Amino acid sequence: MKIKSQKDFFSGLLFMGLGIAFGWGALGYKLGDAGRMGPGYFPLILGSLMAVLGAVITLKALVGKSEGGDRIGSWAWRPLVFVLSSNLVFGLLLGGLPSISLPPTGLIAGIFGLTIIASLAERRFHSRDVLILAAILAVISYAAFIALLKLLMPVWPAFIAG
Amino acid sequence: MDLLANLSLGFGVALTPINLLYAFIGCFLGTLIGVLPGIGPVATIAMLLPATFSLPPVSALIMLAGLYYGAQYGGSTTSILVNLPGEPSAVVTCIDGYQMARQGRAGPALAAAALGSFFAGSVGVLLLAAFAPPLMLLAAEFGPAEYFSLMILGLIGAVVLASGSLLKAIAMVLFGLLLGLVGTDVNSGIPRFSFDIPELIDGIGFVVIAMGIFGYGEIVSNLGRSEKEREVYTAKVHGLFPTRRDFKDMAPAVLRGTCLGSLLGVLPGGGALLGSFAAYAFEKKVRTKPDELPLGKGNIRGVAAPESANNAGAQTSFIPMLTLGIPPNAVMALMIGAMIIHNIQPGPQVLTRNPALFWGLITSMWIGNLMLVILNLPLIGIWIKMLKVPYRFLFPAIVLFCAIGVYSMNNNTFDIWMLAGFGFVGYVFIKLGCEPAPLVLGFILGPMMEENLRRALLLSLGDWSTFVTRPLSAGLLATALLFLLVMLSPAVKKKRREAFEE
Repeated sequence: MKIKSQKDFFSGLLFMGLGIAFGWGALGYKLGDAGRMGPGYFPLILGSLMAVLGAVITLKALVGKSEGGDRIGSWAWRPLVFVLSSNLVFGLLLGGLPSISLPPTGLIAGIFGLTIIASLAERRFHSRDVLILAAILAVISYAAFIALLKLLMPVWPAFIAG
Repeated sequence: MDLLANLSLGFGVALTPINLLYAFIGCFLGTLIGVLPGIGPVATIAMLLPATFSLPPVSALIMLAGLYYGAQYGGSTTSILVNLPGEPSAVVTCIDGYQMARQGRAGPALAAAALGSFFAGSVGVLLLAAFAPPLMLLAAEFGPAEYFSLMILGLIGAVVLASGSLLKAIAMVLFGLLLGLVGTDVNSGIPRFSFDIPELIDGIGFVVIAMGIFGYGEIVSNLGRSEKEREVYTAKVHGLFPTRRDFKDMAPAVLRGTCLGSLLGVLPGGGALLGSFAAYAFEKKVRTKPDELPLGKGNIRGVAAPESANNAGAQTSFIPMLTLGIPPNAVMALMIGAMIIHNIQPGPQVLTRNPALFWGLITSMWIGNLMLVILNLPLIGIWIKMLKVPYRFLFPAIVLFCAIGVYSMNNNTFDIWMLAGFGFVGYVFIKLGCEPAPLVLGFILGPMMEENLRRALLLSLGDWSTFVTRPLSAGLLATALLFLLVMLSPAVKKKRREAFEE
C-alpha cells in the first residue's frame, strides 16, 4: 500500500501512540463514574478520543487523495541537535546538577556555553564573531535581568562567588 | 454616564507616570522582539513575560498590554518587510504589504497598519468597555454545564480556524488538554502523569510549552532552510508617511475592516484571524478606482483593512476573556496565564472585586495602542535596522532569552530541560504539518474543562443529558456543531483551502 500523505500518516501514528499512552496511564488512577469522576476519568476519555482520531488520520492518509505525497522532507538534524543541546548545557552551567555534584557555574559561563554551542547550528562558524556575540549577550543579560529586573540566579561560578 | 465614570476611573489608574513608563517599555520591548523574523506574537510575549513578574499587578497588566500591541505591530512589520507572517492573521497583510515594500512604499504600508490598528483598537476598546459589564451579568447565569459547552465552542472555533487538516487540529487540542492535566488533580490530590518527578507535580509551565513549541521549533525550522529562503528584503525605505491620496484610499478600508473585525472578534476561537481574512476578501470585492493598483499588487487598502480588522478583533476578543475567563486564542491564553501568575483570575469576579484593575486594564489597552503609534511611526527606521541583523546573531540571542525566561519563572533548571523537550516536540509538529495554536489553547483550558465537566455531572448526578437540556448550554453546543458542519461541507472546505493557500 502506498502512503498518500506522509505528514498525515506519521502524525496519525503519533497521535495514536500518545492517546494510547495517556489512556493507559489514566487506567492507573481511580476512574469513578460520571457522577463522581475520579482522577482517571477525563484523561481516559481524552486519550481514547485522541487514539481514535489518530487512527482515522492514519487511515485517511492511506486512502485519501494524493497531493504529491505531502512528504515530510529532510530533518534539520544539525540545528535541532545544537540548539537543543545548547539549551541543556546552559541549564547545566547555570544551575549545576546536584545529583552528579556538579557545582553551578552561573549565568555568564552559561551564556558563553549556550552561544558557542547554538552557533554551531550554522554551517559557517566564525569563532571571533561568536565570542563577541556571547560577550554582548552577557552584558545585556546582566544589565537587564540581574541589575534591572533583579532576577535571582547564580551569576558567577560557585567557586568564585563562594 | 456610567461608561464615562468607569473609563475615567481606568484612566486615573493607567495614566500615572510610572504606569505610562511601563506601557512605553512594554510597547518598545514588544516591538523590538516582535519584528525579529520568525518570532510571532505568541513567542514574543512568552519571552518577555518574566519582565513583568516583579511589578505590581496593575503595572504588570499595563506592561503586558504594551507588549501585546508591540508584538502585534512588530508582527505586521515583518509581514510587510520580509513577507514572513509571524502569525496566521498576518498572512493576508503580507500579500499587499510586501508588494508595497518592494515598490519602496514600505513606509506608508507600515503607517497604514499602525494608524488603522489604532483607529480599530480605539473602537474596540469602546465596545469592550460598553459590552463587558452587561455580559458579566449574563456570565452570572452560567453554571458548570454552560462553561463546559462554551469551552467546547471555543476549542472548535480554534480548530476551524487552524490552517490544514481539521482532524489534526482536533487531535492537537486533545493533546493540549491532556498536557494541561499533568500535575496534581485538584479533587483527589493525586499527581497525574508526573512520573514521580517533583517538578511535574505542579504541572507543566505554560511559558515552557509556548516558548518551546513556538520559539525553539520555529528557530530550528528556520535554520533548516537555506539562507536564501530567509533573506530579508530591505530595500531603501523612503517617504515614511502616507500621502494624502493614501489616506483617502485607506480611510474607508479601515472603517470596513474595523466593523468586520469587531463583530467577528467576539466569536470564541480566534476571531481576529477570521476578521482579517474576511476584511481582505471584502476589499477584493470593493471596486477599485481606475487609477488604483489592483489588490494583491500593492494596494494600501489591502494592508489597512486586514490590519484594522485584526486589531479590532484582537480588542473585542478580550470580551469573552474578561467576562468569562475563557481565552479565545493562543495570545489571549498567554495573557490569562500571565494574569494568573499575578494572582488575578480573569472572569466576572474581576469587575466586582477589583474594578480599578478592570477599568485600568481596558484603558491601558488604549494607551498601549496610542503609545504604539507615537513610538513606532518615528522609530520605523530602527525597526528596519533590526531586520538587517543577520539571523546567525539573532537566534543564539533568542535561544538564550527563552532559556533565561523559563528559568526565572521558578528558578529551576528543570524548566530549561523541559523547554528543550518541547522545542523538539514543536519541531516535530512543524515537520508533520500540525499547527500548534490549538494545542496551546487546549493546554490552558484543560484543567478548567475537567473541573466544569466534573461539577456539571456531579450536579446532574452523572446524567450527560444536562448539556443539552439546559437551554444556554444546548445553544452553545449547537453553535459549535454548526461551525463544524459548515467547515466540513465540501464547498466551504474548498474555499477554506484556497484562503489559506493564497
